[in-house]
Amino acid sequence: MQGRRVAVTGIGVVSPCGIGADEFFAGLCGEAPVGERRVHDFEPARYFANPKDARRADRFAQFAVAAAAEAMAQAGELTADPDRIGTFVGTGVGGIQSLEAQIEICLTKGPRRVSPFLVPMIMSNAAAATLSMKYGFRGPCENTVTACAAGTHAIGNGARLIASGRCDAVLAGGSEAPFTATAVAGFSNMTALSSDGVSRPFDRDRHGFVMAEGGGILVLEEMDMAIARGATILGEIMGAASTADAHHLTAPAPGGTGAISCMRLAIEDAGLQPSDIVHVNAHGTSTGKNDEAEAFAMEKVFGAPGPAVTSTKGVTGHALGGAGAIEAAAVLLAMSKKVIPPTWGYTTPDPELPTIDLVVGEPRPWEPGPSMSNSFGFGGHNGSVIIGPPPA
Amino acid sequence: MSDDNFARFTKCAVEVLSVEASAVVPEATFESLDADSLDLVELVMALEEEFDVTVEEEELEGVSTIKAAYELVTSKL
Repeated sequence: MQGRRVAVTGIGVVSPCGIGADEFFAGLCGEAPVGERRVHDFEPARYFANPKDARRADRFAQFAVAAAAEAMAQAGELTADPDRIGTFVGTGVGGIQSLEAQIEICLTKGPRRVSPFLVPMIMSNAAAATLSMKYGFRGPCENTVTACAAGTHAIGNGARLIASGRCDAVLAGGSEAPFTATAVAGFSNMTALSSDGVSRPFDRDRHGFVMAEGGGILVLEEMDMAIARGATILGEIMGAASTADAHHLTAPAPGGTGAISCMRLAIEDAGLQPSDIVHVNAHGTSTGKNDEAEAFAMEKVFGAPGPAVTSTKGVTGHALGGAGAIEAAAVLLAMSKKVIPPTWGYTTPDPELPTIDLVVGEPRPWEPGPSMSNSFGFGGHNGSVIIGPPPA
Repeated sequence: MSDDNFARFTKCAVEVLSVEASAVVPEATFESLDADSLDLVELVMALEEEFDVTVEEEELEGVSTIKAAYELVTSKL
């Protein structure tokens, strides 16, 4: 990334396989459940000043607040001027649960019963706004809405502000709470969902994703400032890229051409060659078309067999706009734990796909090096970030 | 103030404003309960439901205490 280096000094995760980064990573290395991936035993009130504020935040904003609390606690006291600290949180569908609940109230009890808090609860920028208020960060506070690529794009956008000199620190990530009867029906009726509740990325028998909720937030800081204040550096955002397929609202471009250009640009942005990338946390949703396009794109960019690839969606399912942030956290944690979590749900190679070095079965020990996390969203949005281990 | 009606009023205030029941006393101001104008709108919606009355938005103007809100709602019973 041209300009200043960007350190990661805090990680926060709320996921179906664990609340908190350590529990999340242990979950990635454990057994995958079957069915919708919901976050259980989540107590939002713990993360807000009072129960009223918690109740008036949609679940997607609650996840972001909880993840940010963990990330900020880990980062410790920032020395950056609050006017130069940004907040970037992506989401796919924002406060859709609040919207659906209030629509029902409007239809059954009439418009006079619709909550005066409807608008601030459903707006997709609510998570970013809530974080900026909670911490008093007065730099750019924006919301990236690019469907399933939003979390990755938000991290790239936030990191770029530090690299370019506008910000000295940024809270960046993504969050999603998409479970409503209508949203599930919509995804189901477009045949995007796995019919048996099993997420099996890159497997021959994959036939849809498993819907999930959750969020991830990273604390990003300008590297020299983070080192100067004695922060523990967890990794580095080395590069990022964003491209569009310009092809179809829901289907990826044939051959993954948009994904190819995105991955190449991200690697170039990091000042690296494809052969420098040792690990990819794939978008790997478990849909027929995504995994096919992504596998061919990776073969084109890296050659065969290429870097060690995993899709953590085998365990987590697909948390849409939260996914990219959760997966960036997975890469950073894989670096600190020195193992790559396996692609759960994968059992049978797909003879139609090119050979990729998929991590399956057991977590794989590795020597952490430059890694890529991919996200591709409906609308043809492609996002890749290059994450490096902490400087030696 | 009827004890029964005030208990019903208090139940709504506790739920909507997330305050202790002991804080819901006639002389308490909404400001002291950390409730802004939107909180008041939400409280009145809950009270309309509880007491089966209708309160128009303009009637809320100048309502700044528990006592005033209680009297506004119960005057419609």
